[in-house]
Amino acid sequence: MSRGAILPNRGLADRLSALFWRRPTVLLLLLITPPLLWLGVVYLGSLGALLLQSFYSIDEFSGVVVEEFTLKTYGELFRAANMDIILRTLTMSASVTLASAVIGFPVAYFAARFARGRWKAVFYLGIMLPLWSSYLVKVYAWKLILAKEGIITWAADSVGLGFLLDAVLALPGVGGNSLSTSFIGTWLVFVYVWLPYMILPMQASLERVPVSMLEASSDLGASRGQTFRTVILPLAMPGVIAGSIFTFSLTMGDYIIPQIIGTSARFIGQAVYQLQGTAGNIPLAAAFAVVPIIIMLVYLSLAKRGGAFDAL
Amino acid sequence: MTNAVTFHKVSRHYGKVKAVDAVDLSIAEGSFFAMLGPSGSGKTTCLRLISGFEKPTAGEIRIFGQDVSDTPPNRRSVNTVFQDYALFPHMNVRDNVAYGPMVAGVGKAERYAKAEEMLALVKLDSYGDRKPGQLSGGQRQRVALARALVNEPRVLLLDEPLGALDLKLREAMQDELKALQKRLGITFVFVTHDQHEALSMADQLAVFNEGKIAQIGSPAEVYDRPATPFVADFVGSSNVLPPALTAQLGGATAWASLRPEAIRLVAKGKGKMNGTVAALRYLGAGSRVSVMVGETEIAALVPAGETAPEAGAEVGITFDASALHVMAGS
Repeated sequence: MSRGAILPNRGLADRLSALFWRRPTVLLLLLITPPLLWLGVVYLGSLGALLLQSFYSIDEFSGVVVEEFTLKTYGELFRAANMDIILRTLTMSASVTLASAVIGFPVAYFAARFARGRWKAVFYLGIMLPLWSSYLVKVYAWKLILAKEGIITWAADSVGLGFLLDAVLALPGVGGNSLSTSFIGTWLVFVYVWLPYMILPMQASLERVPVSMLEASSDLGASRGQTFRTVILPLAMPGVIAGSIFTFSLTMGDYIIPQIIGTSARFIGQAVYQLQGTAGNIPLAAAFAVVPIIIMLVYLSLAKRGGAFDAL
Repeated sequence: MTNAVTFHKVSRHYGKVKAVDAVDLSIAEGSFFAMLGPSGSGKTTCLRLISGFEKPTAGEIRIFGQDVSDTPPNRRSVNTVFQDYALFPHMNVRDNVAYGPMVAGVGKAERYAKAEEMLALVKLDSYGDRKPGQLSGGQRQRVALARALVNEPRVLLLDEPLGALDLKLREAMQDELKALQKRLGITFVFVTHDQHEALSMADQLAVFNEGKIAQIGSPAEVYDRPATPFVADFVGSSNVLPPALTAQLGGATAWASLRPEAIRLVAKGKGKMNGTVAALRYLGAGSRVSVMVGETEIAALVPAGETAPEAGAEVGITFDASALHVMAGS
C-alpha cells in the first residue's frame, strides 16, 4: 500500500496550523492585538489623561479644577518649595542608582563569569529571595535595624565605633538624629530594595561578553583596568543602563520608603500622593508626575548620545 | 639559531584530565609551525600555554629563551588570532586594529596610521569605519589578523583561524597567510585539525594525540614516515597494516603504513596479495576503492583515467616495496 504525499488532517489543531502557515499575519495579529490594546488604551490612554490634567489648573478659592489649557500649573513646579522636592528626589535617585551599580557590578560579574551549576542557582536565589517577601515588611525591618535602639547602633557601640556612627550622623544635610530618621537611612533602604533590579540586567549583559574578547584585550597588551574600561564596561553598558532605568525610576516614584524611613522632607512620590489625596490638587499632582517621565527621557537620550547602546 | 618557543616537560592537567602531558617542543624562529590533531588532543591548550591564557601545572615554557612562567599574557610579545576572531563589537574596524597601540599609550594620529598600514597589509584599506558586524566572515578574519600583527609580535598564534570559512576562501587565505609569513618573517604557530591545511602550509608540524605529541617533523617526513599508527591514520588516512600482514608482505613483524595512492590494483593473483572490493567512493579526481584482505581493509586510490573495479570483484594488490613504511615505534 502506498502512502499519499499529504498526511491526513488530524482535526482543528492541524487546520489552525495550516491557516497560520498560509496567512502568517493572522497569527501575528492574534498575538499582538491584546497587548496593543492594553498598551494603547489602558496605559497610553491614562498617560494621556494625566498629561491633559497637568495642563489644567485649580481655582484657588473654590478648589475646583478649571478645565482650560494653561501652563500655570507647570509654573508652580518652579516655586522654591516644589523645586526642592524635585531636586531632592533627583539627587536621591541618582545616588541610589550609582551605589546600586557600584555594589551590583562585582556581584553580577562574578555570577556571569565564574558561577556555574549549583553556584548559579545560589546566585539567583540570593538575588531573588528578598523580592519574594513583602516590600513593607522589608522596609519596616530596616526601620528597626536603623533605629537608635537598633542593631547597627548597638553593634557600633559594642565594638567602640559609636563615635564613627555619630560622626556620620553629624554630617550636614544627610545626617540626623538616628539612621532611621536621616537621608542616609532612606538611601540605604532604597539601595537595598532596588539592588536586584540592577544586578539582574547587568548580569545578563555581562554573560553575553565572550571570554575570548577579554583574552583578546589582554593578548593585545591591555592591563586588567584597561580591559575593564575599554571592553567590559562598554559591552555591559546596555545592561547597566537597563538596570539604572529600574533603580532610577523606582526611586523617583516611590512614596513609601521616604515616608517610613528618613526626615519629614518630601519626595516627588509623596508630593503626588498628598496633592491628589488630601489637597485635591489633581493638576499639580499630574504636573509632578510628569517630571520623572521627562527626567527619564533626558537621561536616556544622554545615555544614547554617550554611546551607551553602541554594543547593541 | 634561537628557538622562538621551547616547551620543557610541560603539562597542563585539569584534575585527572591530562590536557597536555609532559610535552617537549621547540619551534624554530621564523618558521611556520602547525599543531595538528583531533579535537581534545591538547593542541589548543598548547597554544594557550604560549599566549599565557593557561598556566602549566608542570614544566617550563621559554619564548626566545626567556622563561615566561610569571609573565601574564599582556606582557608577552606574542599575539593571537582567535578562532571566533573576538573582534570588539562596539568599536569600528580601525579602533579594533589600533587597540594594541591604544592600550600601549600611542597617540591617536600615530596609532590610526599604524592601523591603516595593517589594514592595507590585509587588503581592507577602505573598511576602517565599518563595525565588525557589517563584515563577512573572511573580512573579519583579516581584521583579526591585522589587529594581532599591529603590535609587531615575535610569535603569532593562530587558533583554527580558517575553520569558519568556506572552502574557496579557506584555500585563498592559506596561500595568503603563507605569503604573509614569508614576507614578515615572524614565527607563526598554527593550530588546526585539518591535515591538508597543516601539510600544505607548515614548515614543521607536530601531531597531537591525547595530550602528547605523537610526531614532530616536516610535512613530508610526517606524511611519508608516520611514527605511529595514529599518525598514519590521521595524517592523510593511510592504510595501517597489522604486524602479521606486514610480515606476510616482506616487512618486519610490526605495524606499517601504506599510502592509498601508492597502491595499484591488478588482476587477481598478479599482485602481492589478493582481496575483494568492498566499496567504492567517487572523489572526482579519482576513486577510493576499499579492498578487504582477510580482516583488514585496504584503501587504494585509482586515478580518474583508469577503470576502477566494481564492488565484489576479486583483485590483486601491488605496490613498490619502498612504499611500505614499517613503524619502528609501535
